[in-house]
Amino acid sequence: MGGSLILLIILVVVVLFGVGAYNGLINLKNQTLNAFKQIDVQLKRRHDLIPNLVNAVKGAMDFERQTLEAVIQARNQAVAAGANAGPDAMKQVGAAENQLSAALSRFNVVVEQYPQLKATANVAQLQEELTSTENRIGFSRQAYNDTATQYNTKQQQFPTNLFAGLAKASPAELWEITDEAERAVPQVDLSMKPKA
Amino acid sequence: MTDETGLNLFQQQEANRRRTTWLVIGFVLFFAWLGFGADLIYYLSTRDADPSAYHHAFPWFGLLLTAVGAGIARYGFATGPNKVLWSTGAREVTEPATDKERQLVNVVEEMAIAAGLPRPRIWVVPDADPNAFATGLDQAKSHVAVTQGLLDLCSRDELQAVIAHELGHVQNLDVRLMTTLAALVGAVALMHDGMGRLITSGFRSGSSGGGGSGGGGSRGGKKGGLGQLVIVLLVLWVITWILAPIISQFLAMAVSRKREYLADAMGAQFTRNPMALATALQKIEGAESPTSSIKRGAAHLCIADPLGRRVNLHEGGLSNLLATHPPMAARIARLKGMAYQRLKAEGQFPTA
Repeated sequence: MGGSLILLIILVVVVLFGVGAYNGLINLKNQTLNAFKQIDVQLKRRHDLIPNLVNAVKGAMDFERQTLEAVIQARNQAVAAGANAGPDAMKQVGAAENQLSAALSRFNVVVEQYPQLKATANVAQLQEELTSTENRIGFSRQAYNDTATQYNTKQQQFPTNLFAGLAKASPAELWEITDEAERAVPQVDLSMKPKA
Repeated sequence: MTDETGLNLFQQQEANRRRTTWLVIGFVLFFAWLGFGADLIYYLSTRDADPSAYHHAFPWFGLLLTAVGAGIARYGFATGPNKVLWSTGAREVTEPATDKERQLVNVVEEMAIAAGLPRPRIWVVPDADPNAFATGLDQAKSHVAVTQGLLDLCSRDELQAVIAHELGHVQNLDVRLMTTLAALVGAVALMHDGMGRLITSGFRSGSSGGGGSGGGGSRGGKKGGLGQLVIVLLVLWVITWILAPIISQFLAMAVSRKREYLADAMGAQFTRNPMALATALQKIEGAESPTSSIKRGAAHLCIADPLGRRVNLHEGGLSNLLATHPPMAARIARLKGMAYQRLKAEGQFPTA
């Protein structure tokens, strides 16, 4: 009698813990998915912004046609990669976006060389928007990586790992810099701090 | 580190919710004590009066003051964020008018992404001294306010760091506790000022009644004991009245000091750039004038003490009792430590 009671209590405790672990995993899984979608939102913002920026500086930067065309081309490639993105296309999208980042940073370096261009109110505004967009992309990736790491850790930790299969939890891929060149090169001044 | 802070975050949120509830309960209980205490004193002092005279039997004061306390608490809780913003004269930035404001809106949105929070509403306080605060009752409806001075003084990275610090307060629900506290502290101060006169007149009539029953002490020892009880009660009661604003101030201080370190750390985690917050704090510290738009009642909400009090310069002793903020030097030192750790972890530390 007493033995069966103890058994029952143990069973209840295990079930309660299981429910908590399961719900925790589901919660983290959805948070990770949401964080991933946030990156998409910010990338879209960047794609929409670039044509405006290029138009604003086109007249003044006729002599830097090459740089501008590189930016536009990289942008179009990134849009195309994002459009037919399947579940496994994260690598492709990542590569295209990284190329766009590189093109944009070259563009920024060029703009920095023409103070009279930077002084134009329109260009300054667009540069601020571009800075902000780059930051948003960076921070949304950071938030995704943080959430995904939390999710992955939960899946591997004992005893939550016993319930990972039940919650259909699988390790989430982290966002990494795939472009070796970008990793190696020290940060170009992307932040474009207004020089005081 | 991420997992650990995630866990702590949940505990922090729970603790802040719980503390807010206790704060409100304590506030109402305090009012109940003031009311029912007055009833008890009045009852004891009129019990042995002539049958024809007034006998205080029903606890009118207690019921009334408890109801008033509950009403104030409810009102203060519901309107706290608006009251705080109103008291600083902040204006909301809906359509950014200047480059700096556009930058502010962008930075807040960036940090909301980094923190995984809904975008807070953005306010600017027209004050030349650099400072910032956050308010709100939950994460979905929060407010971030910065002074014009901060906008003018800080670079983009520094502004970002300050906003990240404020969103740290929002994320772990410090804002809920601190805003409620600000609303209730404000209510106590107001009530104390406004009703003080009323109470002192009540106190006089009460003491004269007590003196009367004490004067007829020839009727027996039991009577004298009662008179003493009345006096002890009365003294206690009056002391509570006098101390109320001081106690609420102490509460505000104790509540906010530890949180600043935590919000600094959270801000550094959002930006991954502790040095920016360190330099921002240095700039805020270096600015001479106190933030005149932010009064005592909302001081504990700010990133740096707006009153520029000397007690905030040290740690320990009197400062542990009186300061609303940890010493700036200690905060900057901790942030620099974090920056050093990051550089070392990334292998970028210059091996000189």
